[in-house]
Order: sequence, then structure tokens, then C-alpha cells
Amino acid sequence: MEATLAEVKETFKSGKTRSVTWRKKQLRALIELIRENEDKLFKALHEDLGKHPTEAYRDEIGVVLKSTDYALSNVEKWAAPKKSPVPLFFFPAKGELLPEPLGVILIFSCWNFPISLALDPLIGAISAGNTVVLKPSDQAPACSSFLANTIPLYLDSKAIKVIEGGTEICERILQHKWEKIFFTGSQQIGRIVMSAAAKHLTPVTLELGGKCPTILDSLSSPSDLKVAVKRIVGSKWGPCSGQACIAIDYLLVEEKLAPTLIELLKKIIKTFYGEIPKESKSIARIVNRNHFERLKNLLKDPPVAASIVHGGSLDEDNLIIEPTILLDPPLDAAIMTEEIFGPLLPIITLRNIQESVEFINSRPKPLAIYAFTKNETLKRRILSETSSGSVTFNDVMIQYLCDTLPFGGVDQSGFGRYHGKYSFDTFSHEKAIMQGSFFPEIEPRYPPWDEFKMKFIRLAYRLDYFGLVLLLLGLKR
Amino acid sequence: MAVEVEKEVKKSNEVFDSKAASSLVNELRQSFASGKTRSYEWRVSQLKSVAKLVNDGERDIVDALRSDLSKPELESVVYEISMLKNSCKVALKELKRWMVPEKVKTSLTTFPSSAEILSEPLGVVLVISAWNYPFLLSLDPVIGAIAAGNAVVLKPSEVAPATSSLLAKLVKEYLDSSCVRVVEGAVSETTALLEQKWDKICYTGNGRVGRIVMQAAAKHLTPVLLELGGKSPVVVDSDVNLKVATRRIIAGKWACNNGQACISPDYVITTKEFAPKLVDVLKEELEKFYGKNPLESKDLSRIVNSNHFARLSKLLDDEKVSGKIVHGGERNETDLLIAPTLLLDVPRDSLIMNEEIFGPLLPIITVDKVEESFDIISSGSKPLAAYLFTSNEKLKKQFVTTISAGGVVINDTTIHLAVHTLPFGGVGESGMGSYHGKFSFDAFSHKKAVVYRSFVGDAAIRYPPYTKGKLRLLKALIGGSILGIIRALFGWS
Repeated sequence: MEATLAEVKETFKSGKTRSVTWRKKQLRALIELIRENEDKLFKALHEDLGKHPTEAYRDEIGVVLKSTDYALSNVEKWAAPKKSPVPLFFFPAKGELLPEPLGVILIFSCWNFPISLALDPLIGAISAGNTVVLKPSDQAPACSSFLANTIPLYLDSKAIKVIEGGTEICERILQHKWEKIFFTGSQQIGRIVMSAAAKHLTPVTLELGGKCPTILDSLSSPSDLKVAVKRIVGSKWGPCSGQACIAIDYLLVEEKLAPTLIELLKKIIKTFYGEIPKESKSIARIVNRNHFERLKNLLKDPPVAASIVHGGSLDEDNLIIEPTILLDPPLDAAIMTEEIFGPLLPIITLRNIQESVEFINSRPKPLAIYAFTKNETLKRRILSETSSGSVTFNDVMIQYLCDTLPFGGVDQSGFGRYHGKYSFDTFSHEKAIMQGSFFPEIEPRYPPWDEFKMKFIRLAYRLDYFGLVLLLLGLKR
Repeated sequence: MAVEVEKEVKKSNEVFDSKAASSLVNELRQSFASGKTRSYEWRVSQLKSVAKLVNDGERDIVDALRSDLSKPELESVVYEISMLKNSCKVALKELKRWMVPEKVKTSLTTFPSSAEILSEPLGVVLVISAWNYPFLLSLDPVIGAIAAGNAVVLKPSEVAPATSSLLAKLVKEYLDSSCVRVVEGAVSETTALLEQKWDKICYTGNGRVGRIVMQAAAKHLTPVLLELGGKSPVVVDSDVNLKVATRRIIAGKWACNNGQACISPDYVITTKEFAPKLVDVLKEELEKFYGKNPLESKDLSRIVNSNHFARLSKLLDDEKVSGKIVHGGERNETDLLIAPTLLLDVPRDSLIMNEEIFGPLLPIITVDKVEESFDIISSGSKPLAAYLFTSNEKLKKQFVTTISAGGVVINDTTIHLAVHTLPFGGVGESGMGSYHGKFSFDAFSHKKAVVYRSFVGDAAIRYPPYTKGKLRLLKALIGGSILGIIRALFGWS
């Protein structure tokens, strides 16, 4: 590992990663990597998580292709210096902002979207002209080894390295000095990563999770309700069977809507996943036994078990948990205090949907809030009174696909942001440049200080040019 | 730095311990939760009050800075008071624009939808400031935090006690004390504060404490803004207007708190050939500015305290450099004065070349060709600022693109600090995050992504059961190709 690190450091120092040509070449190679290995990717994702190719394409392969394309067509513009207006007083000085690469970047990715969460930040790091070490999650071993084996074949292997391994390797990696660490995962590991980074004053971006609430207002039109519930089902059990940081964690609805909602949910689950969802090819499995046990334990608590209104069957051998709906489980149960990260969906009923604002505010800030509503007051309250990484109205998860929006958390759901230009910024230092000339020379800048110089500077700060002229002509006292 | 001066801390009957810190944070959290800091009106009223505080308090501020640092009045007015007034003015003028949500385009993939980015306050933030510009570095971040709608706790440096207690008094008098507070104190108070959960911590100071702050922040996953220092180099080419260059170096070095500034020139690199000329003119101009006996000049700040005086003395007494002094070197330990001192050709492995000087000593390193300076700078850790004096356009370009530093100024020193349209902040060892002007507002805001969708435009391909046809359509959709979409919809591909 020490040798690997020395090599990427050396490569960065050589300056070759700074050229926009190099960056574009790498981005093109990444597209090629994905295009030529689509089948292997489908296979690896199926092996690790049981993802159907369509799901894999929608959430991982397609996402990465889209991001790479976007970066490829914009990187030149992003890397160019930006003029910054400078107050007249400093004339003829010019100001500009020059983005420069940070250096050697460490990316820790996560197992639930083992391809997109590894490659999406990589695209940003490359676009910004850095060298990178990527450490994929060992909990998705097929994808991890795919990345480790394939990346060196396509990308500049002197600048971009993949290190595989578990906890021990992570600990060793974290002892080294990096110019930036990009981490996707849990809060607990996030703290460890940031503590390690502090020793070297390394900036970090932490992409964590949280319990993302979905507010479902009592929509007056039955067709709207149906669209809403389809989107909820599609997003809860669609992407990696709820094992996603921006997946719906729980639903907030008015008491009176609950019975209709449960019926509708059941019906749509059936359309999507058939009579026996465990046998559906369209639903991902639980990543491993540990997580399976964790989810099983969430359901074990008797009052929680009693609140199950749909599903709840577990296939221990194949690590499959059926889409499960719970109605009003106790709020102090683990299922309502921990991030669920799996196919369990609690429905919490409220007397009035406006109470959802207080409900959300009494908990840590989530990565995303979703709200299906046509009520403008509620929309406004959600926007201005709650806090979260993002807010999406009348849909779920699509904010992730929008390159023009920053993706990232706040508070316990993380800090720092990426996607599109924000990825570029995350891996760049925006250097402030000021270019002056030797003329004109402003005498009052220099000691020895006197009354005149004091007056001059006061006026200069106020950008009072008229006053300055009067002062210089000796007309002002 | 904080340890050494704990004894200087004003004795107070009430101990500010962890419990007190926790109840303070709770109180501010309640004020924040009430939503009052979010309104445009509250922010404006507080910003106006900061401006008023600075205006009304000018006399006292100048006195406090004189007591803490013997700072000349003009320096106090230029670098602290006027800068703050300007920050308030900019914030007041621009705030409405800063607060407007930024509309962004959405792609075909998520059509039909609209999206925007909303700036929202982070919550309750902690500002820990430094002693060298104790007023500016305290209130400038506070202005940003208020503009962004946060509640703030300010911990001024105990190393500048007069300013610290003046800040405590003025903030209490002028600002909304349910949302903006000052906690005075040293290590134990800071420790108590750092144990609490904040929504952002802004620290100005050194790398050692910076690490402690970030470590403490990691426990609560709190983002940090670290404004640290570093050895900011000045490269002087031989084709310059020597007099102007020299004066600008002096203005940035000794006229900035006698070199006790994070963006002060730390050392000079020039060619062997040019060095004697540079030294001569530096001497000449220094004498014009500060007279024959600079220890008696009223226009130089003193060294902040005896610890720093001892630290600087040690740098000068290092046997590797003591013979290299070509100008100055006079010291007065009782009054904590050190004259502007030039050292020529100091070895690069000397103490003075391996830590931030933060004082009136200016070593000059000589090289055969000016381009060699690039390697010298890049071999050290990234500085907060890098300065170059030259008329050579090619060299300028090379310097700007290859030297990594928080900020770069060509043909001048330190002035970028006063330009609010430029972000101020470090990189690597010189810190992380930036502020000033709009950048301050952004530093204390969370950029919330918001997507608006309607119930129409629902595409069946998003949903299971998954089929080959859906996969084809998805590929076309994500690729954004209209033709592909049509083909997939008609089953032509």
C-alpha cells in the first residue's frame, strides 16, 4: 500500500493529471469501461445484491454513464478560471478564481450501490485533476473485485488505484495523509474517518444516511393518490430493496388515510412483485447475514411484530425479506429510532398532516424529505421550517439524478456535496488570484501614519471616490 | 498557544464548565428553533447593530487594540474597523440577493419537474477567533453567520484580553442576546465549548489547535471552517519596480501587526544577484517608514506577549541564522518590541525556515534562477498566501497555475484580504473552507436541493416487474437521446 500511495503522489507531482486532456481521456476511458463490461457489471451486481439488470442499469450503470457524459462535456468550462470583479479602488488589479486539484484523494464507497457510489465520486475527482485511491466496500465483494481488476485496464494506472480490503486495510489507509477523503457510509464510521482526517487537517466529505420521511397528504384525486403510492412502492422496494441512503424510511399520513393507503400499497406491491414477492426477480436481496439479522431483530420486538399489516416473511437461506408494512409501531422502538435500510416500511399516523413538520423536527436531520401534497402551505412549511439534505415534492429519489442539484446531507446525514459541478468543486481548491501592477502607487498605504492617510483610507473603504478626489485636492477637511 | 496564557485569564466567579456550555447551547438552540433568526428582518437588524457597534465603539476598539498589541490607530482602523464596516455594508446590500433560491435546470430524465437550491441556516454555530486581529477575526465570521440566519457563540482569544472583554460587553449591549453570545476564556472554557454539539465550527488560529477542533467536531459530525496560517512566500524577480515592490512587502509584513498576521509575507525568495539590491532598498524604505530607531516608532505593533517574544528570540538566536542578520535585530524584552529584521541567505534547515514566523523577522532565500523558487515553495506545506513580484507574463502564469496556496497575489501583498469578491481561506495545512462576502454567507448555510414534481408524467419503465424493453428505454432516457427514446418506445431497437 505504501508503494501504491507513493506512486499516486509522484504522479500528481508530475503535473500530468492537471491537463484537461488527461482528465477527458480518463472520463472517456471510464465510459468505455462501462460500455464494454456491462454484462460483467450486471453479473457482479446480481451476485452481491441480487439486483435485476434493469434496476442495475437504472440505479448504477446508467447513472454513472450520465454523470460521466455530463462531466465530459463540462470539464473544460469548470476548469477555466473565473473572473471576479474587483472594487474600482484596486484598479487596475484583476481578480479571478482558479480551481486547482487538491492532490491525492481517498474515496471510500459503500456496498449498497457498489458501482455508482464508487464511480460517481471518482468522476468528480478525475474531472478536478486529482490522483485517486478508491477503496470499494468489501461487503460487495464481486463488485469490489470487478473494480480492482477492471479499472487498471482502462484508466491511467499510475494515477488511479483501487485498494481492496476490510477494516484492517481501512485503518491502515486512514493513517496516511490525504488531500481529501470522500466517504459514503454510516455515521459511526463517518466519525472515525473524520477523526483520522483531523490528524492531518484533511478535509472530508461525508455522505451518510438517516431516516428519510415521506409525507403523504390526503390527496383528493384518487388518480393522484395512485401515482403517489406507485412512486412510493417503486422507490422503497425498487432501489436495492430499501437499502439506500435516500430510500423512504417511514411514511407520515393522516389517520383517516391509513386503511386506503394500506390497501393501495398491497395492490401495487402485487402488481410490481407478483403474488410471492420472495420469488420475484425484480427485488434485490439483503446484502449479507449481518444485515439480515439486524432487520430481523427490528421486527422481533413484540409490539413491533404486532404492528405488521403486510408481509413480514423472511427467507433466511436466500437473504430475502418480503416487502413489509407496519402500522404505527411504537416510536421508541429501534425501527423508529434507527435508520432501517431495508424493505420494512412503517406508517406513522397523525391527526393532521401539518403535524408532520413537528414530527420531523423532533428527530435528527434526514438526508432527504419527500412530500406528496398539493397544499402550498404545507410545502412552504416543509421548506422553511424543516431541514434536510434535500426536499422532493411529489416524487421520490429523483433528486439523485439531477446533475444541476447538489447531493449531500446536513447535520447527522453528512456534510459536503457532490454531483455535476458540485463534484468538481468538492475535489478542487478555488484559489483566489489577484494581479496588480506597479502603477499606480497609493502613498497613504504606507507608514509613517498620519491624519491625512487615515482620512484617505477611511474614504477608500467607503469607496467614496468623490471624497477621495476632494481630499487629494486639499478641498476636504 | 492557549496554554501559555491561561494565567492571564480574567478571574471570574462563575466557572464556565461543560454544564454551563451545554445550557448555553440549549438556550440558543431554542431561540433558533423558534425560527426568529431565519427572517430577513432579524438578520438585517443584527447586521445593522454590528455596524453600529463598530461605529460607536471605534474609540474603545482602538484603545483595546493598543492595550493588547500596541496596534497603531491607523492599522486598527484600516484592517479591523473599516474591514468590518465594509463586511456589514456588503452583507446588508447583498443579503436579499443571497437569500433568493437559485433556480436550476432539470434534465430530460426527470421531466417534467423544476428544481431549486435553497440556502438555509445551519443552526447554532461556534466561532473561535485569534488574538492578532482580535476584532476583525471575531466579528467577520459572526457577520457571515448572522447573515446566513444562525445563532452564534463567539469565543474571542484570551491572548488579547482587552479586546475579548470589550467584545463581550459590546455584543451584549448591541446584539440580540437570545441568539448571539460571547464566552470569554481560555483552554478550559474552549474545551467545554468544544464538547458541545454545534452545527458548524469556525476556528482561526494555528494547525495544532485546528486539529484538536476538528477532532472534537468529528465526534458530532460537525463541519468545520479552519482558517490557519503557514509560511507565505514572496518571490521577487529582478525585472521589477524595486521601490514599489519593496514598499508593498513592507506594507504586508511590518505594517500588518508587525508581521503577526496569517497572510503576512513569511520569507522572500530572490536571485543571488538581485538580493543585495533588494536588501538595500528594503533598508532604505524601512528607515523612511519607521525611522532610525524603529523600537521607538509608534507605527509598529509590539509582540503580543512574552511567550511569543521568547519564541521569536529563539528563532533569531538559532546559531544557523544569528550571523545572517543584515538589518535590525534589536529587541526590547521589557516592552516586547522587536525591530524589523532582515536575514540574508538563511539555511533552509534552520528553525526560522521550518515554522511560521508570525513576527517581524524576514528571511531572504537566494537562488540562481527565479524559477527555482517554485520547487522551494512546493516542497513545503501549502501556504495561506503566495506573492510574486515580476513583470514577466510567462512567470506570472506559471506561478499562478503551479503554486498551490489559499490565495495568490501578483505584484502586491495581503490586499486580496480586502476584496470581498474573492474567497478567503487556506488549503492543506493552511486550512479548509473559505469566507468573506458571499462566501461567508455560503460557509454558514446549508444548500438544500429542492425538486418539484407534479403527478403527471409517470413512466411505467421506472417500475417493476422489470423487462428487457424497460431496460432499453431506460438506456435511451438516461442517455438523453430523443431518437433512442422514440426507437425504444416503438420497439425498433
